[in-house]
Order: sequence, then C-alpha cells, then structure tokens
Amino acid sequence: MHSETTDPMLSVSGLNVFHANLQVVWDLSLHVDKGELVTLIGPNGAGKTTTVETIVGLNKKASGSITFLGENILGMHPYDLFHKGLALVPEKREIFPKMPVIENLMLGARDRTDYSASLNHVYSLFPILKERERQMAGTLSGGEQQMLTIGRALMSNPKLLILDEPSTGLSPLLVGQVFRSLEQLGREGITVLLLEQNVRHALNMCHRGYVLENGRIIKEGKAKELMHDPHIQKAYLGF
Amino acid sequence: MLSIRGLTKQIGGLCAVNGVDLSLGDNEIVGLVGPNGAGKTTLLNMISGISVPTAGTIIFCGEEITGLRAHQICKKGIAKTFQIAESFPGLTALECTMIGALFGNHRKISMGEAKFEAAQILDFVSFPQEKRETIIKNLNVVELKKVQLARALASKPKLLLLDELTTGLNPKESNEAVELIKKIRDNGVSILIIEHVMSVIMGVSNRIVVLDHGEKIAEGHPYEVVNNQKVIDTYLGDMHAF
Ligand SMILES: Nc1ncnc2c1ncn2[C@@H]1O[C@H](COP(=O)(O)OP(=O)(O)O)[C@@H](O)[C@H]1O
Ligand SMILES: Nc1ncnc2c1ncn2[C@@H]1O[C@H](COP(=O)(O)OP(=O)(O)O)[C@@H](O)[C@H]1O
Ligand SMILES: [Mg+2]
Ligand SMILES: [Mg+2]
Repeated sequence: MHSETTDPMLSVSGLNVFHANLQVVWDLSLHVDKGELVTLIGPNGAGKTTTVETIVGLNKKASGSITFLGENILGMHPYDLFHKGLALVPEKREIFPKMPVIENLMLGARDRTDYSASLNHVYSLFPILKERERQMAGTLSGGEQQMLTIGRALMSNPKLLILDEPSTGLSPLLVGQVFRSLEQLGREGITVLLLEQNVRHALNMCHRGYVLENGRIIKEGKAKELMHDPHIQKAYLGF
Repeated sequence: MLSIRGLTKQIGGLCAVNGVDLSLGDNEIVGLVGPNGAGKTTLLNMISGISVPTAGTIIFCGEEITGLRAHQICKKGIAKTFQIAESFPGLTALECTMIGALFGNHRKISMGEAKFEAAQILDFVSFPQEKRETIIKNLNVVELKKVQLARALASKPKLLLLDELTTGLNPKESNEAVELIKKIRDNGVSILIIEHVMSVIMGVSNRIVVLDHGEKIAEGHPYEVVNNQKVIDTYLGDMHAF
C-alpha cells in the first residue's frame, strides 16, 4: 500500500450514496495522493458517476466522509469546491449550447480576469476549439463538444481533475492525444482521478486503480497488477 | 439498396459534407469513420431526412428520396437510432419501443399489436425483463442503448443507421453489441454504422468508408483501410490508441 509520507489530496471513507431511496454506493473508500493518477473502473451502472458527483457536491444524499486537502467537504456546494481547486469533466458534457465556444471556456476559469495562459494551453491541446471559438457550442460535433468539456475543466487550473469518461466519442487519434495530454498534466504535477471505459488506456496511464462493481469496491491495487488480474482481463479488457 | 451521389451540405461558410458518393448493398454492413467533425452525423442526418442536402441525390430501393421529410423516409424503411433520453425522459422503456412500432411504420397496427411487437423486440436486444416499466431517465447507459436500438428496429427498417451506438460501453459490452448487430444483419437488414471503437468497426463491417473535412478520403476492405497511411495520419494515430 501507500507509504504515510505521501500527501492525501482526496480521501473518501465509508461513503454511502442514495438515489431517492435506492442505495447505489456502499461503504466506499478510496484515496488519491498529491501528484497521483488514479483510475476508478467498473461496468456501466456500477456507481462510478454517482461517486464522483458526490465528491464534487452534486449529490447530497450521502453519508460517510470525504476530505479534500485535509478539509471535510461532504455536503459543500459545488461552486465552493470548484474554487478550492476541484474540477469535474462530467459524463453528460453539460456545455451551454447557446453560447459560443470561447464563452463556455471562460466560464471554466477560476480567475475570470486572467485566463489567457489557461486558454492558450487548452487551444494548444485542442486546436479545433480555437478555430471554432465563435461557433455556438450546441452546433459542435459530439467529439468537439467532448473536447470543449475537457478544455473547460482545464481552464480552472484545478488541483484535482476528475474526468468521467473523457475519451467517449473521440476518434482513436484524439483518444491518444487526450491520454498523452493527461500524462503530460500528470508530469506537470496535476492530480487526476479518471473514470474510463477504455480500461487498457486507463491502466496504462495511471499509477493505481480501484474496481467498482454493484456499488462496492471489489479490488484495488497498482495499475500494472490490475492489468494482469484474470477477472479484469475477462470482464474489462475483452480477452 | 442505397446509392448516394455527390451529396453535399453547406452550413454557412462551412462545407460539412462535400460531394460524397456512397453505396450499400443488401445485407451489407458499411462502417463510416473519420475524425470528430468530419461530417459523419451530418451525412446520416441527410439520409434519414433530419437535414436537407444542399446538393446531390439519395436513391433508396430504386426511388429518389432526396429532401423527403424524416417521417416519410422512416415509412420507406430507413431507421436511425437517436438520443431518446433527451426526447422522452418520462416514457417507459416499453412505451418508447412502442412509438417506433406505431409511428415509424408503413403498416397500420393496433395498440395491442404494438405492445406485443415492442416486447418481442426488447427480448431480441436482451433488454432486462424487470426494467420494461422503468422510465427512460432512470436507465443506465447500456439499457438506454438497447431501447434506442429497439425503438429503431420496431419500425421494421430495411436500412438501419447507427450513430455511435457503442460509445460509452466497455469492451465486453461492445462485444455484445457487435454480436447483436450481426444478428440484425442476418435478419435481412442493411446497416450503415458510425463508430470510433475500431474493434467494433473491424468486427462488423464488410467495407469501411473514411470521411475527413466532409470528403471521402478512403474506402475499401477493413484491413486495407486501417493500413492506409492517410487514414492513419488523419484518424487512427499511432497504433496504441486502440
Ligand atoms: N437520477 C437517478 N435516479 C435513480 N437511479 C439512478 C439515477 N442516476 C443513476 N441511477 C442508478 O444508479 C446506479 C449507478 O449509476 P451510475 O453512477 O451512473 O453508474 P456508472 O457511472 O458506473 O455507470 C445505476 O443503477 C443507475 O441506474
Ligand atoms: N449548425 C451548424 N453551424 C455551424 N457548424 C456546424 C453546424 N452543424 C454542424 N456543424 C459543423 O459541421 C461539422 C460536421 O459535424 P458532424 O457531422 O456532427 O461531424 P461528425 O463527423 O463528428 O459526426 C462539424 O465541424 C460541426 O461543428
Ligand atoms: Mg457513468
Ligand atoms: Mg457525429
């Protein structure tokens, strides 16, 4: 396991989450240390999105504890968490369709007066967004909208970046690019929690992983070990 | 069965689809791939009548259908999956499938028949029995995709258009989708499929067409196409990407 000298950025323990009266996450514990890239994998319906929505304050029906940089954040407002440096790339994109690309990006900035460096960074990652700067976001193609969603989250220079299936709908070339840019961000010191159906890529890129099935963590470990786990190979890698 | 000539869609100053020729035979599955924003969805939307071409012709079963409205084209036997989650969040899975049977069809059928057919089709796509009365917005991704597909199949199409059906599925779930798509083809339906997951495209397509910036840049046998340098440069990237 992890040595005590590392810095816990995010620590979740004994988390239970409900949708209406239905419990979908059970006694979940996980941690992401500073500078770590961690992946949470699991089949569709396992509760991955519910878990990260709870972490960023979007789901209030939860018990247990969630600490971010040492502070208990369970129940805090998403907006306050955003200003503390927590950014989510949501599964459902949630862009503003009637606003141009550039304004969607500006909304992602924590500092609305000085964002030109972040904007240049995002544009170098996804040049098509610069080309389409003035186009209404709702008329972008699906993959372009996905790039916009990732770009918007990066605009806030987050301390912890949580990505809910960022490669969804992207061409193989862009999937490669997104993963390489995440690796690059990791080298620059950003901390990442990644939810991803592309399990092979996720395990290749991340240091550690958790496996969530039916709302419970059933396995955790170093990414390299999980890659060779027979259950994971069969259920997630399609062997 | 389907023959497209010089199909073009101009949107303002942008040519989203530019002079594309494409044909599809009986019982054939053609894969349509290309970078994000290449014009794939726009092309499918023109075939299904959701959007009107600015130039070119579409011939389906010997009849010109260019510029017909979506409901007219659906009755001629072309069905497309779409995001039902956004359109009918409050309907149940069964009701949603019944809509396909009731309205997407050249036949006139009763409510009872529609319900019976919808249930059969939900069985065919192995949609879980216990979730048929669940409303759309409470379904998970896999279940949603199955209803999308069932709804399209309920109109008994001759040609099925699939736009990123397996997006969001993991490799195991995608493999199951591949089996299902083959089963649909074996029942006599031709399929034009847009997909980014190359294992899916390679697993089902008889032929692959590649679009880039609205133009066809390659076409051929799946293995020819994935080894085409232009396709690697613009779409696939280095091989470890999939
Ligand atoms: N708003 C909701 N109301 C009721 N059930 C929900 C809602 N959102 C998700 N669920 C259910 O919670 C479970 C976990 O879903 P989710 O967190 O989206 O899983 P994952 O992201 O792993 O696919 C699923 O069974 C899903 O159907
Ligand atoms: N109404 C519109 N206004 C401006 N550009 C549009 C509009 N609709 C589509 N586009 C552009 O047309 C291109 C093709 O889009 P689309 O067919 O959705 O691509 P894809 O191949 O990813 O399915 C994209 O670059 C998209 O941004
Ligand atoms: Mg999810
Ligand atoms: Mg598209």
